[in-house]
Amino acid sequence: MSTRTIAGQKNLQDIRTGSKDGIGGSPLRPDGTLKVKGEFAYSSDLWHEDMLWGMALRSPHPRANILSVDISEALKLPGVYAVLTHEDIPGSKFYGLEIQDQPALAIDKVRYHGEAIAIVAADHPETARRAVKKIKVEYEVLTPITTEEQCLNPEVYGYVHEPHEFKSHGHGNICHSQKLVHGGGVTDEIRALADVVVSGHYEVGMQDQAFLGPESGLAVPAEDGGMDLYVATQWLHVDRQQVAPVLGIPEEKLRLTLAGVGGAFGGREDLSMQIHACLLAQRTGKPVKIVYARDESFFGHVHRHPAKMYYEHGATRDGKLVYADARLVLDGGAYASASPAVVGNAASLGHGPYNIPNVRMEAIALYSNNPSCGAMRGFGAVQACFGYETQMDKLAAALGMDPVELRQLNAMSEGDSMPTGQVIDSPAPVAELLQRVKDMPLPPPLDLANLDVRTLPGALSNTSHGEGIVRGIGYSVGIKNVGFSEGFDDYSTARVRLEVIGGEPVAMVHTAMAEVGQGGITVHAQIARTELGVEQVTIHPANTEVGSAGSTSASRQTYMTGGAVKYAAEAVAQALIEKGRKRYGWTHNDLSLIGGKVVSESAGVLVSMVDLLGEDAIDLTREHHHRPTVPFDKETGQGFGHVQYTFCANRAVVDVDVELGLVKVVELTAAQDVGKALNPLSVIGQIQGGCTQALGLAVMEEIIVKDGKVRNASFTDYLIPTILDVPPIPVDMLELPDPNAPYGLRGVGEAPTVSATPSIVAAIRQATGIALNRIPVRPEHLTGTL
Amino acid sequence: MRVTFTANGKPVEADDVWEGESLLYVLRERVGLPGSKNACEQGECGSCTVYLDGTPVCSCLVAAGQVQGREVRTVEGLADENGLDPVQQAFIDAGAVQCGFCTPGLLVQTHDLLEREPQPSDTDIREALSGNLCRCTGYEKIMDAVRLASARQCQKAGASE
Repeated sequence: MSTRTIAGQKNLQDIRTGSKDGIGGSPLRPDGTLKVKGEFAYSSDLWHEDMLWGMALRSPHPRANILSVDISEALKLPGVYAVLTHEDIPGSKFYGLEIQDQPALAIDKVRYHGEAIAIVAADHPETARRAVKKIKVEYEVLTPITTEEQCLNPEVYGYVHEPHEFKSHGHGNICHSQKLVHGGGVTDEIRALADVVVSGHYEVGMQDQAFLGPESGLAVPAEDGGMDLYVATQWLHVDRQQVAPVLGIPEEKLRLTLAGVGGAFGGREDLSMQIHACLLAQRTGKPVKIVYARDESFFGHVHRHPAKMYYEHGATRDGKLVYADARLVLDGGAYASASPAVVGNAASLGHGPYNIPNVRMEAIALYSNNPSCGAMRGFGAVQACFGYETQMDKLAAALGMDPVELRQLNAMSEGDSMPTGQVIDSPAPVAELLQRVKDMPLPPPLDLANLDVRTLPGALSNTSHGEGIVRGIGYSVGIKNVGFSEGFDDYSTARVRLEVIGGEPVAMVHTAMAEVGQGGITVHAQIARTELGVEQVTIHPANTEVGSAGSTSASRQTYMTGGAVKYAAEAVAQALIEKGRKRYGWTHNDLSLIGGKVVSESAGVLVSMVDLLGEDAIDLTREHHHRPTVPFDKETGQGFGHVQYTFCANRAVVDVDVELGLVKVVELTAAQDVGKALNPLSVIGQIQGGCTQALGLAVMEEIIVKDGKVRNASFTDYLIPTILDVPPIPVDMLELPDPNAPYGLRGVGEAPTVSATPSIVAAIRQATGIALNRIPVRPEHLTGTL
Repeated sequence: MRVTFTANGKPVEADDVWEGESLLYVLRERVGLPGSKNACEQGECGSCTVYLDGTPVCSCLVAAGQVQGREVRTVEGLADENGLDPVQQAFIDAGAVQCGFCTPGLLVQTHDLLEREPQPSDTDIREALSGNLCRCTGYEKIMDAVRLASARQCQKAGASE
């Protein structure tokens, strides 16, 4: 061994550890400083010289024929530049994520409360508001179709979309349905095999994403007849795909750049103000900004599907599940949005992470004159989880078993099959996750002697000094898929550039991924550091100049775009090493990039990246497609439909004031398998945030819709959890790598929102002994004053 | 109307202000201080919290005319030439910033809390921040950030005594 090699080895020891800000570390957000200084430009902060403000006139009726629209008075108002109706649309009048059934502006009829009918551009938001009020619409008001019974009897109650309007799918008022049969299904013979049977009807209210940053963006007409749109969205390319045809321009002439996004949670998957701002900018030739007020935000995006569910489970006396039967009816509202995919998820995940030999399922989404529903964190798996987990508790009670033990007894694990027939080919530690939450220390019991009343249900309202307070504990576990399913060619694109700037090797990562707060940009920088052995990474603004990244949803972005960044960075690393081979004639097979140097495992440091790169830049783009899936068979639901599964278990401890029906969640514990935590700080933040939205669904969040009309479109009336409502959320993170995923990671963001709700309701049930088959649980459910 | 006031120590004036405009609108659209956020504009979410003569208020609920001759301090005015305020740094370090839309309001409210009560209990923190909605974090990391800022400020104060 030569002296030189020994020196090289020593040198290698020093740098082999790589960057502390690579994957597995918790470097801080690259946008954090801007955000705390108030200098980060969210979409509602955009400004352009000479810009106009856009606003929509929205229908006060859930179902009506439009007899006439008179815009003349609105146009006369000083400061008004344009008033447009569907007649002014130059291109396609319809759009939609999966089914193009939604008019960009209502045509002759409105199908939900808040549907946009006309749009205005004016020099001040108040001018726009006044102009909107001056538009005269004559309606023939019709009785809305709002209940399951009405939807399923169109001959009596009518169609939301008349058969002649949408012949392409023509399912009456059923937007989508998915059946599933596994094993022997559910027949009298199968039922007879069970010793104990429990069943129930369950209901989930309409939850809202309630992201804080309102829908907003700025459309700027370009000299080439195209349009530049700066917007807060979850998927730039699919927005472009839907907007360009309406404007009547080719896609390449519509350029989208991501503006700062103030949360999304699925609510920005569908278009909101994009088309309207572009139409107004196109007509006026001026930049147009639209910012929704909070009430308009409630009307302007789709919500979580409210659900009515029937579940029946049969088990042997020793607790083994024999069969499960379910029917889930999801109200999709007026337009399809993502309803078909939500139904697919609800059906395929709707029996939970359990081994059940015989299964039957039917899930449907209805068209109705209620607000449209589509994507929200958990996407069809949330509603079902409330159903099957309530059933597990009911079954445990019927069998006299511990509810956690019953779950563990039936928990699926790696190698087991889903009811779809898909074999789980990566870790599925369902029983272990339950054990972990069960084993975590409980919070101290209520200490009435040393009480701070602010910690009780009712908290600051000083409604109790400990009297009437009962504590309960509940458990739950859930399953969620990661990525887009059912044969969708889900992919993402990343461009990585390596060059020397200021004497340092610097990597630039360019993707179209929507950073919505989840921290994708932090992780992309970590991946680039790890793969390229550099410290300095810049993130290029997300736009449509690079290929699609797919949606920031379905817990897929770290998996998909993170994977694309990994592959692009690996390709850049290989290209750099090739350059070195050509220049220096290296024959080593053990080269890698560490600490800004090209390093050989056997021969030590060979050259610095700065010297090797010189003036050159290496700039490569790669796509990451996940392994293919197939659509579920329409009748049997069988098929390899999902890419990856993710699991979370929870334990909730609640205090209930049984006199007033007030609930205080004392602690909400989570255990989740994340495969590999690329950024533990962010992962824990995602799990805690997800649990909090689940808490909201459990005890407070619901859009109240009566006869098709929304009754609480404000943060005064639609309640989301405050810091007083949310308890400590201890997180136990498990890292069992998925052999099929980049770095072994597992999508994280949604699983806790699926699983945590039933644990809270179970805890309230344990405290009160009340059945509670509907969420959110309201005080009147607990006091019998409904 | 013309409105003149002090924003982050500097005199500002806004012309052609319509009587119905809020302080939030004037700050964001006329004065070039968009740091205060427009999440609900009904005083429910706290994202637009600013100091008005030293007291935290929801700037969406303050009519522009009410600030004539008064002092406003926004999130943009928390950092000084020495760098970020300890509260700002703590929010970054604790991972309390995700989408960040609630952050400006939370920073002002936390800043005020720690001015009044340098070592708040967890319940004090929850009470003080109960008017500030956050939809991303689950609040755990916000609690961590406030505790961290408190600890750092107390340490600093102790060292300088």
